[in-house]
Amino acid sequence: MVEDPKTLRLRKFLAHGFMIGFIVLIMFPFLMVLSISFREGNFSTGALLPENPTLEHWSLAFGIPYERPDGTIIQPPFPVMLWLWNSIKIALIASTGVLALSTTAAYAFARMRFRGRGAMLDTLLIVQMFPGALTVIAVYAIFDALGQVVPWLAVDTHPALILTYLSAITLHIWTIKGYFESIDPAIDKAAQIDGATPWQAFRYIFLPLSLPILAIVFILSFIFLINEYPIASVLLRQTDNMTLAVGARQYLYEQKYLWGDFAAAAILSGLPITVIFLAAQKFLISGLSDGGVKG
Amino acid sequence: MMTPSRRSLNWRGLLGKAAILAFGLGFLYLVWGLYLLGEPLFAVISFAVGALGFAFFWSPRFYKLRFVYPAIAAVFLFILLPVLYTSAIGFTNFGSRNLLTLERVQAYHLSQIETDASTKRPFGLVAEGDAFRIFLPEDAGRPALLTDAIFGTDATAQIFTGAAPETLPIKAIIQNKARLAALTIHTPNGPLTQSGLRAFAASKPAFTLGENDTLTASDGTILSPNPELGLYQTPEGETVAPGWRVGVGFDNFKKVMFSEGIRGPIFKVFVWTTVFAFLSMVFTFAVGTGLAVILEWKHLRFAGLYRVLLILPYAVPAFISILVFRGLFNQNFGEINLILSTLFGIAPDWFTNPNLARGMLLLVNTWLGYPYMMLLAAGFLQAVPRDLYKASALEGASGMQNFFSITLPQILPPFVPLLISNFAFNFNNVVLILLLTRGGPDMPGTLVTVGSTDILGSFTFRLAFQNSGQDFGMAGAISTLIFIVTGAIAYYNFKAMQKYAAKKGAGHG
Repeated sequence: MVEDPKTLRLRKFLAHGFMIGFIVLIMFPFLMVLSISFREGNFSTGALLPENPTLEHWSLAFGIPYERPDGTIIQPPFPVMLWLWNSIKIALIASTGVLALSTTAAYAFARMRFRGRGAMLDTLLIVQMFPGALTVIAVYAIFDALGQVVPWLAVDTHPALILTYLSAITLHIWTIKGYFESIDPAIDKAAQIDGATPWQAFRYIFLPLSLPILAIVFILSFIFLINEYPIASVLLRQTDNMTLAVGARQYLYEQKYLWGDFAAAAILSGLPITVIFLAAQKFLISGLSDGGVKG
Repeated sequence: MMTPSRRSLNWRGLLGKAAILAFGLGFLYLVWGLYLLGEPLFAVISFAVGALGFAFFWSPRFYKLRFVYPAIAAVFLFILLPVLYTSAIGFTNFGSRNLLTLERVQAYHLSQIETDASTKRPFGLVAEGDAFRIFLPEDAGRPALLTDAIFGTDATAQIFTGAAPETLPIKAIIQNKARLAALTIHTPNGPLTQSGLRAFAASKPAFTLGENDTLTASDGTILSPNPELGLYQTPEGETVAPGWRVGVGFDNFKKVMFSEGIRGPIFKVFVWTTVFAFLSMVFTFAVGTGLAVILEWKHLRFAGLYRVLLILPYAVPAFISILVFRGLFNQNFGEINLILSTLFGIAPDWFTNPNLARGMLLLVNTWLGYPYMMLLAAGFLQAVPRDLYKASALEGASGMQNFFSITLPQILPPFVPLLISNFAFNFNNVVLILLLTRGGPDMPGTLVTVGSTDILGSFTFRLAFQNSGQDFGMAGAISTLIFIVTGAIAYYNFKAMQKYAAKKGAGHG
């Protein structure tokens, strides 16, 4: 393709200008929060850049009491690091479970014929759209009853939340099934002839061959679960049990508006999750469109 | 040569059987516990789930089902069952007024105690080293009593004859208030507890259980259960809280459909929910696809860097971004209004003006959602045959013409199911609403609290959990309607996907 170098240069210039302008707009909230986290107090001071930068909010976010120049000692309002740990722990364990359940089911749906297979697959697809937020009363009732028989599964425990999260697999089953179906059937035929059971074929052939899609599903599940709010907000009650998604909201109540403290806590807790995501984004880009095409 | 491996297989088989047995026994324990608890429904369900699991893993006949059982069980227990249970609640009056079961309401009333006024008698504290004794002087023919030195929450009193001991001033009683309140004095005529600051008295139950579940109060009033309301009533018809759950048939559904004060607002909420979901889908698709196309341009340097920066809104946890926007948009001390008032001298009321609040939601949701669309579009763009562009370049088509006549028609078909999914996701995007506006500003003059930015899901969630009078029954009824709408969208999407797959298959063949 031949293009006039002059118009090409102009178009390049325009494209870069647009990109940079758009990115500045998109980044505005992040830059603002960074500035607010170093600003004195919890209210806007009329300036976008902090005039008297302070580490108070950062110190509180790390859980260290802060001593102001006038000698007053400020206690951290919330256990942010504990919340972050809770979130990561729950999302990691639940995502591992999600991966285990969805790979085994996807394998059966991709390679086996049994009664009810089609009905189950269709149900999964329809069920995945039901909003979890509206079933929380029932989920609460289930764990209220379970907890009286098995105390470690009571409301306000992490195992209860993790168990509920294990049901967030419907879409993943479809994605992995699509990937498994693209694996050449000749391979598992050969394994079968060599005497491998379906479980062995799954464990030693399918799993190693599908590591990329498994990584994608794991990361997608991790991100989804760490962001989950409605169910966690109903199942987790005590401050020390909360996940970040539930706890973070406590900063911005009308009566108690801790904007500066929130800014530091938000960066501190959001950063690890963002870094994980960006590290995995190469995987995700290929996976999202693959999953999309194969559906 | 074969023996060792076969033996180890057997060993593993035995271990497996033992694990399955343990699984079965664990479930039996759970079923038994739930049954004893008075939850027969949950007991039956866990029995069914446990028995199926046991059968599948015990008998080699169900080998294939072992692979799907854990997944299907999880989906059934924590998605399908809650959906059915929620719908069932829609047919009851379950709510903050009718929270318990009849047995627990009875137990609550029967556990209420009131002071038996006839046994009330004054007391005084008597110093005894570091501790004290309690002296109950002779009163209305009852003999004087003196306890031993008091250290814990129980004390025994003996009949005391002789000169009354010197008692401490009232200040000492106030100082020991907490200890006295927790104290039970065991006397020859039964236990006494503190009643008011200066007296001890015996207590008695406020109600006694009569025939047909009636309750008799100490003043002789008879409360009878009303099975239609789920409340106890006095003979005059006055209801006594707390109440228990009873079925009310289609009452909640009728209210949603026909009660003017509820139907009107819900219809408005439904319209906004649809508009919100549709516009969110269109905006994110337009922005995302546009950016993906620009990034594809081969003359653009630093595309990789741009892409990473553009993905950031998707990478940051949504609940953090939403709360950040909540702060930035704050009318009085938010930075956005600070900038707007410095530059243009305006300070829009983002949270109290319904239309501005809606605009803000769409803006924030587009910010949150375009990277996902951009990633998808980038993937689909790879699949557009290059030859098409070469052909159009020969004909001298412009970039815009290329986009609308080649790119869009090529990527739209595989996009459709994902767009419908996106619509359904936003249709139920409760987290965004709850964290950003909490549904507000509230519509004036409605029977139930409805916000101008409430979508159906957030409205129902607030109805169930956040307003003063929690109404799970009504929330269950509306949830049921939402399930039906969502199910219909999902089904339609399913069909669209099948159609696309079939078309694609035909194209290849």
